[in-house]
Amino acid sequence: MSQDGHENREVSDERLMSCFRGMLRIRLAEERIGRLVESREVRTPCHLSIGQEAVAVGVCSSLRSDDTVWGGHRSHGHYLAKGGDLNAMMAEIFGKATGCSGGRGGSMHLAAPAQGIFGTVPLVAATIPLAVGAALAAKLRGIDQVAAAFFGDGATDEGHFHESLNLAALNRLPVLFVCENNGYSTHLALQERRLKDNIVDSAELHGLHGCGVDGNDVQAVYAAAADAVQRMRAGGGPALLECRTYRWCGHVGPAQDLDVGKHRQQELQEWMQRDPIARVRERLTSRGLGQDVIEGLYRQATEEIDVAVEFARTSPAPDESDLLQHVSVARRGI
Amino acid sequence: MRALTYAQAIREAHAQLMAEDPRVFLIGQGVRNPWYAGTSLQDLDKEFGCDRVIDSPVAENATTGAAVGAAIMGMRPIVFHPRMDFMLLAMDPIVNQAANWSYLFAGRVSVPLVIRAVINRGGEQGAQHSQALQALFAHVPGLKVVMPATPYDAKGLLVAAVNDGNPVLYIDDRWLYEKQGDVPDSLYGVPLGKAAVRRSGRHVTVVATSCMVHEALQAADTLATRGIEAEVIDLRTIKPWDRDVVFSSIGKTGRMVVADAAWMSGGVAADIAATVAGELFHALTAPIIRVCLPDAPAPTATSLEQAYYVNANDIVVAVEKTMR
Ligand SMILES: Cc1ncc(C[n+]2csc(CCOP(=O)(O)OP(=O)(O)O)c2C)c(N)n1
Repeated sequence: MSQDGHENREVSDERLMSCFRGMLRIRLAEERIGRLVESREVRTPCHLSIGQEAVAVGVCSSLRSDDTVWGGHRSHGHYLAKGGDLNAMMAEIFGKATGCSGGRGGSMHLAAPAQGIFGTVPLVAATIPLAVGAALAAKLRGIDQVAAAFFGDGATDEGHFHESLNLAALNRLPVLFVCENNGYSTHLALQERRLKDNIVDSAELHGLHGCGVDGNDVQAVYAAAADAVQRMRAGGGPALLECRTYRWCGHVGPAQDLDVGKHRQQELQEWMQRDPIARVRERLTSRGLGQDVIEGLYRQATEEIDVAVEFARTSPAPDESDLLQHVSVARRGI
Repeated sequence: MRALTYAQAIREAHAQLMAEDPRVFLIGQGVRNPWYAGTSLQDLDKEFGCDRVIDSPVAENATTGAAVGAAIMGMRPIVFHPRMDFMLLAMDPIVNQAANWSYLFAGRVSVPLVIRAVINRGGEQGAQHSQALQALFAHVPGLKVVMPATPYDAKGLLVAAVNDGNPVLYIDDRWLYEKQGDVPDSLYGVPLGKAAVRRSGRHVTVVATSCMVHEALQAADTLATRGIEAEVIDLRTIKPWDRDVVFSSIGKTGRMVVADAAWMSGGVAADIAATVAGELFHALTAPIIRVCLPDAPAPTATSLEQAYYVNANDIVVAVEKTMR
């Protein structure tokens, strides 16, 4: 795992600030969603990525706006980091007509095509081959667009993952496979699902670039992703990034699932000590950022979230007459 | 007899089958965790050990394929898919392999396999966590498909499925888990392919599957207050379905409504309607009506979910239409 390595120090103050802002926004938005779930105002299943913000933000910071991002059931962070609209996400979670999927999808089905998000879905590993397809389309069109697939360690148990790596490597496709290894797949810890803790080795096996990083260090994630993306744009083929991180909440909703896994309580405490947000904040403070600016950022994010929740609350529910709309489109959307 | 819930009845069937026959084992996601299976598999791992109650990685294809292989070798696996949607990743071992095997090898090799799939409709979970895909599987020769509606059948059909010697898809519905009913404590089977008349009536036959049986019974209560006597048939086995019971009921009533909480086009209800229309046309005094889901994926928003899922009221409306 690369710690505070040489290349990381080159990350500019400006970029680090923007990463901090992005991570904070995701954290605060998800904490709010957690409370809305607890109060039953939100009923759609919400899988929170609290504790994993550095992966989404580090990777998306290395992408251009026309690059695409493919996610799964735990994708609020990916959506926001790639530029998805917060109001539209909140409204989607509330099941409102103004939601990014018109209230049809809920938390597990987010989309923002203009920002490069063409759909996230909860079937584990389902979007990994779709990302490969997006990269294939870019290659065939002769454009240097990159596709990033976000998935968990659980998804690497699926055949989709292995088949996709091979297909992408064979065709040198510009796809960044980002494994957010948070140690769990629902109730099962990594050790209960594979004999070896070796996800990143799949890269070597299939002949693509592989890199393991500390997923709680946004600089490290950014540096590794930026390096891989640069290589890809130059025709260097796909890469697998294994980001070690931890989800503070349980599989679904804000509860912590402390009953899951013998060591979950102790692990959680240890990982909270490695809070990715506190780490950037400290780094920025050591570079001279004032406390007042930091407080301002918290306030700004909170206000933005207040607005989004209010927007969601006051938006209309989809009309029943809308039920059969969009089963098919009249013509291609993009 | 004691009253058990539907989920407890499923659990009891597993426990008794495993106690009785060392060839029976359980494999799938969440078989050791109540998150997915509710109480329907509770503590089976403690009773029978983790070697026979295998909580698998997210690997539906390999898990199901392995169960097919073990079944070919004479074991009696039950593969568990906590949402039917996830099972689509295992289409090859189910459709191409398990269903074909006996025919391919002239009955010299068979696949005594039970695949248990859970329907998990509603709850704002969206299109990929709520699909009722019985028609997809009923289409395939070599697969039997059962859908218990009561605790009694939940146990008896699982026992019969395990003992059938062929690949059987056992589809249960989370909406039914808390339903109570009498369940004998013996290890009994409910024969595959046999429907049950849950209520007799002379005006109209309502053929229903799984949770729609309960909606149909409720509808029949309402209809009775309006002077309409509905006969409610619980299909129990979707493939092969019980023509005798359905046909003799139509012979009596001359009218049919088919209620299946899955999509209408190309569905189970379509098959039943076409068969009845083709073979009992002269007995019919009214057009057949299907009560099914509209042909759209499941929406999440509550307002849309309410419009999407069919219920007793839709059956009442359909029956009244046939009575006109
Ligand atoms: C094909 C499929 N199988 C099973 C599930 C149920 N499921 C939902 S999330 C999940 C765990 C995924 O773990 P991981 O990929 O590590 O992501 P995490 O939840 O840890 O972020 C499972 C098994 C599913 N949604 N899709």
